[in-house]
Amino acid sequence: MELGFGPEFDSFRAEVRGFLKAHWPPADGDVKSSANENAFVHAAIGEGYLHRNVPRRFGGSEQEPDIVRAEIIREEFRRARAPSGRIPVTGKLVVPTLLDCGTEEQCAQLIPKTLTGEIRWAQGFSEPNAGSDLASLRTRAELVGDEWVINGQKIWSTGAHLATHIFLLVRTEPDAPRHEGISYLLVDLRQPGVTIRPLTQMTRQKEFCEVFFDDARTPAGMLVGERGKGWYVTRSTLKHERSGIGGLTWPLSMFRDLLQLARSIERDGRPAIEDPAIRIELAAIDAELQSLTYSTYRATSHDVHAREVGWFQTMSKLYSTNLAQRISKLGRDIIGDQFLDMSGPNLKMIERFMISLSMSIAGGTSNIQRNLIAERSLGLPRDQHFESASKATPR
Amino acid sequence: MNFLLSDDQLAFLDTIRDLLTDRCDPLRVHAVFDRGESFDAELWAQLCGMGAPAIMIPEAYGGLGLQMIDLAIVAELLGEFAAPTPFLGHALAGLTIALAGDEAQKARWLPALASGELLGTVAWGEGDSRWLPDEWRLGAGSALTGVKQLVPNAAEADLLVVGVEGGLAVVEKGAAFTCTRLDGVDRTRPLDTVTFHGAVAEPLGPRPEDIDRLIDAAAVLLAADAFGGAHRLTEATVEYAKMRVQFGQTVGSFQGLKHQLANMALAVEPMRGLYWFAAHAWDAVPDKARYAAAQAKAHCTDVYLQASRDAVEAHGGIGFTWEHDTHIYFKRAMFDWTWLGQPNRHRLRAATLAGW
Repeated sequence: MELGFGPEFDSFRAEVRGFLKAHWPPADGDVKSSANENAFVHAAIGEGYLHRNVPRRFGGSEQEPDIVRAEIIREEFRRARAPSGRIPVTGKLVVPTLLDCGTEEQCAQLIPKTLTGEIRWAQGFSEPNAGSDLASLRTRAELVGDEWVINGQKIWSTGAHLATHIFLLVRTEPDAPRHEGISYLLVDLRQPGVTIRPLTQMTRQKEFCEVFFDDARTPAGMLVGERGKGWYVTRSTLKHERSGIGGLTWPLSMFRDLLQLARSIERDGRPAIEDPAIRIELAAIDAELQSLTYSTYRATSHDVHAREVGWFQTMSKLYSTNLAQRISKLGRDIIGDQFLDMSGPNLKMIERFMISLSMSIAGGTSNIQRNLIAERSLGLPRDQHFESASKATPR
Repeated sequence: MNFLLSDDQLAFLDTIRDLLTDRCDPLRVHAVFDRGESFDAELWAQLCGMGAPAIMIPEAYGGLGLQMIDLAIVAELLGEFAAPTPFLGHALAGLTIALAGDEAQKARWLPALASGELLGTVAWGEGDSRWLPDEWRLGAGSALTGVKQLVPNAAEADLLVVGVEGGLAVVEKGAAFTCTRLDGVDRTRPLDTVTFHGAVAEPLGPRPEDIDRLIDAAAVLLAADAFGGAHRLTEATVEYAKMRVQFGQTVGSFQGLKHQLANMALAVEPMRGLYWFAAHAWDAVPDKARYAAAQAKAHCTDVYLQASRDAVEAHGGIGFTWEHDTHIYFKRAMFDWTWLGQPNRHRLRAATLAGW
């Protein structure tokens, strides 16, 4: 058993470091310049460090899947504070979907611009009456001539007001059984038939949008996969949501902030961190954080060696959600009366107390996660009402 | 990164699992439990034959010379089967002598501890939740007088490794001490109160860090046992939910129960990584070992105790009966939770070790 990456990866790490040393920060020292960033990302793609799963002809670096090398690259790029060519999460979802199910033309037209950020994606799955029960969606599209004409409404589309395109699930075969009548369409948002209205969330921020389609149009060629098979295409999208080691970054940094807070805030004239009740809760939280961390390392190692991961397979999201909420509650306890002051120094903690709640809703609610754990990991009988995308088999 | 068990480790576990499946089935465990036997001597002899007590004893003294992770995964299995064996005290006694004994002491005791010819245990607790070395008040010296509590299988042991003020000492069977068996809650691991009346003792020469490592080892083994028990209980509860029919369907198809079971599994399964890391840190990551051990003990035993309560609830009435397996795990959970100090105690230690 070993937790490092093993000597066989030392030379790879050295290679990555050598590249970073030569290319970042840029020669003129201007780390903010987008020209410098683009040149760097281009060079990194050339070396095979970024967009590894994307073929070269679509602007990627076309590398064999390798979780360990990917993690070394992530670590080294972070250490050097180098640009990672990161695209928004929605782009990260659509690119693999296109690679799995899209046509050569769709990939060639859309993927390179997605990687450079010229095209920014929103996701159009949920509707006001189709949340956890996604297959009940009602936004429809009709093929008129060589165009799809779309009418309906999507909701919870993160960043749609900043996006250029949306990937949509729409009903194209109204007479077919509900899973069979859905298609997956790509739509340019910059057209008169589309209205985007950001929703103000409880934190006062605007991240999610409602998107209205009123005779909006997209070319017939923007259908991904077969007509009526969109449900199975989304399976590919959802598959790519599973987080690996990279998913640990956020809870780890939340915990670091919490420790910092506990050190800096005083209660009864002493730093909060000296309070035994706080120390006990900090330790209890860190035990869960370490459980998540080492279970993730274990799962990754098992993936690499093609061994069954077991129950943990379905657990990352709910475990992280519960952990984030536990962290945010201790933050609440530590800040005391400042919990009521949105212009005070602890706004971030107040926001986290709220934002952590969205984790049990977005991307599959916590109760849906419990269904997944019960059914997929524990093998309990499937709920007759619960038809997740996971139930569908790809064709 | 290879955070997984090797093929050799998996093969070793398989042979022990086969033995336990064969010789440590629930009926056998209930029989030992009901009769209040000291332990399952036949099973213990077979485990000794397979090398379970030899795992961490150096090869030079007849052991296997393996690591804490190897010992811990066996502890997990024994926890999974609720095995009524004196493994915990025996393994810690052997480890103590391997770490803190001089050449003569090692040569004298280790081979017989590795083979199981001698049975060892550790006498650490002094009552009032005093478990840790800086709380040991029993006077050191060549003759011990005083009381140790919650000592596993002291009455059957051939030698006791006793925690004394500032150190450790070995007391052999026949020396001047008496054992009083506790009416213990966990009858798979009986405990004694040991009263020393000027008992002849041979001091070991531990460095302070050796004593720390022993405490960490105990914490890791308890965490491993807790994970094994909690995981098995979760599996058993899930199996029951798939079989038990009410309202014309298996109860496991009701979302209320499914969510309870999902929450139980969610609490339990990730502990595996935590205790693996604590064992691995004991072997290979010294600067994190103490913290990881304290955290593993605190978290795993806490979750085990709660999981055993959840298991009873999910089983309904049958889970509350003496004849069912659940209470045996429940009581092992109580042992793991209490022995060496309650979870919050170890959380406070962890906070200090982390420099908070």
